[in-house]
Amino acid sequence: MKKIVFILVLSMIVCCFAGCGGSSDAVTLNVLNWGDYIDEELLSEFTQETGIRINYTTLANNEEMLVKLQQEDCIYDLCFPSDYIIEKLVSMDLLYEINKDNIPNLQYIDKRFLDLSFDPGNKYSVPYMWGTVGILYNTTMVDDPVDSWDILWNEKYAGQILMYNSIRDSMGVALMKLGYSLNTRDEAHILAAEEALIDQKPIVQAYLGDDIKDRMIGGGGALAIVYSGDAMWCMDEIEGNPDLAYAVPESGTNLWFDNIIIPKSSTKTAEAEAFINFLCDPQVAARNAEYIGYSTPNAAALEILGADYIENETYNPPQELLDKCEIFHDLGDFINVYNDSWMRVISYAE
Amino acid sequence: MKLKRQAFSYPYIVWMLIFILAPMLLIVYFAFSSETGLTFDNIITALTNEMYMQVLTRSVWIALKATVLCLLLGYPIAYILSTMKKRTAAILYVLFIVPMWMNFLLRTYAWQVLLDSNGIINSILTFLGLPAQQFLYTEGAVMLGTVYNFLPFMVLPIYSVLVKLDRSLVEAAADLGANPVLCFIKVVLPQSVPGIISGITMVFIPAITTFAISRLLGGGKFLLYGDLIENQFITLGQSAWPVGSALSFILLVLVLISMAIMRRAEHDAGEEGGMLW
Repeated sequence: MKKIVFILVLSMIVCCFAGCGGSSDAVTLNVLNWGDYIDEELLSEFTQETGIRINYTTLANNEEMLVKLQQEDCIYDLCFPSDYIIEKLVSMDLLYEINKDNIPNLQYIDKRFLDLSFDPGNKYSVPYMWGTVGILYNTTMVDDPVDSWDILWNEKYAGQILMYNSIRDSMGVALMKLGYSLNTRDEAHILAAEEALIDQKPIVQAYLGDDIKDRMIGGGGALAIVYSGDAMWCMDEIEGNPDLAYAVPESGTNLWFDNIIIPKSSTKTAEAEAFINFLCDPQVAARNAEYIGYSTPNAAALEILGADYIENETYNPPQELLDKCEIFHDLGDFINVYNDSWMRVISYAE
Repeated sequence: MKLKRQAFSYPYIVWMLIFILAPMLLIVYFAFSSETGLTFDNIITALTNEMYMQVLTRSVWIALKATVLCLLLGYPIAYILSTMKKRTAAILYVLFIVPMWMNFLLRTYAWQVLLDSNGIINSILTFLGLPAQQFLYTEGAVMLGTVYNFLPFMVLPIYSVLVKLDRSLVEAAADLGANPVLCFIKVVLPQSVPGIISGITMVFIPAITTFAISRLLGGGKFLLYGDLIENQFITLGQSAWPVGSALSFILLVLVLISMAIMRRAEHDAGEEGGMLW
């Protein structure tokens, strides 16, 4: 009996150490991503193929990710931040310069998504997903044409409008409505956007994050700001709600990119690059894109997904629209002006 | 060797030093420091910003309202429990505590489902032929969530005072001609003051510092002071730590002041009424 207890205790101790990553041969990558942003089956397939384990964590918005990556004891090996955050991380010298020899699958990425302004020459990042920001609406509740941001200010839909609780997305919508740049550094423009959002507040049902998707699918709102990929998810015939439709205002919108990066503090860069290469494999990228519903920058993967996806304007917007879109840029310390305005909006009470 | 009884408290003291005192000292340090040294700028910024003060006033106001509602609901519940048979009271008492074993976030999420426009409450309303209501994402929902989460903290201390109350005093008052209302006001109520005070403390302080409820049930429309502090640390990052700490420090001072007031009241009451523990 004593022996059994001894063995049990011993094996528990061994397990503990293994769990701490103390075992010698298996490398564990710490991956930080958004919720619902990878087909998690792919993680175990990658582990089976390579023996590299993945410790997968999620969070909710870019600003939080930035805070995590700025910490001195950053433990992450791979992250998926958006364009303007990458620009900031590059300027702060927090990113590892990727060795492209280790990522041959980079050849499958559409040239349109390489060499963009936030990371010229893709020295630090590899495209993962991209999309637009637009209006998801319930066709049974909305009978006006959804072709401009103004519809989000239409009092007919009071209590049925859902906004994002994220500074740049919601401030961005107000700036676009007023015809200003998404990256404006003119305080007058920002104050005007603040005023517009405060005017809108009485008819807004809520400022939410990812839960916008569930509310729209459940018929809990008529109009919502969403990313195109989330719109795809919500409009899915089986898991979503077929009454929903997605529209991008004719005047254009925010075009965004989420790229994969390796923090400079990572000590497992070769393994991280192997994972990036795995995700850029056309078959894997196609499955992943199909699972999460976001637009893939991988041209070969888009071919695999087929005509349904290629011809879908939500999934693959026409180039004329993209030409009218604007990408977010890092605002440096000026973001505080945006933040102050945004806080005044959400703390405003009649 | 004989261990002194005191020795058993050492691990606890070490724990408190590391996990309670040290973080508080860090808050104070960040609140009063700048690159050049000691500064009051952060506190001044936090106190003079119109928006911060508005949010603070709203948080205090919501916490006060929630406390009053908890007292109005909690006292009768505690009173009824204390007059019941021991067995029934014990069962109900447990029923009251059981939900508290679950994390309060989960309980708040449950309210989201209940209050939803397609949720259970609205289904019942439409079944009865009444129009569906928008309950979720209103100030009422925030209030409901706060009262619901903190009600047990009001009921339990009042109950534990009332259950120890000497019934013969009430009988004596009745014998001497006091009607039930007078009995309650003159005999029961004064003796339960320590329970009320500790209930108020235990509801008001967490209510004023809460932040998740307003987001989950208020849909981000009713920013509270806790949300403001969270925003400074989570979305603004390191550059906002000093002001974030200053906001936390102000809240800390507020909590200490209200505790001091409650202590004082408890002390005054303790001289005439029964003690809580």
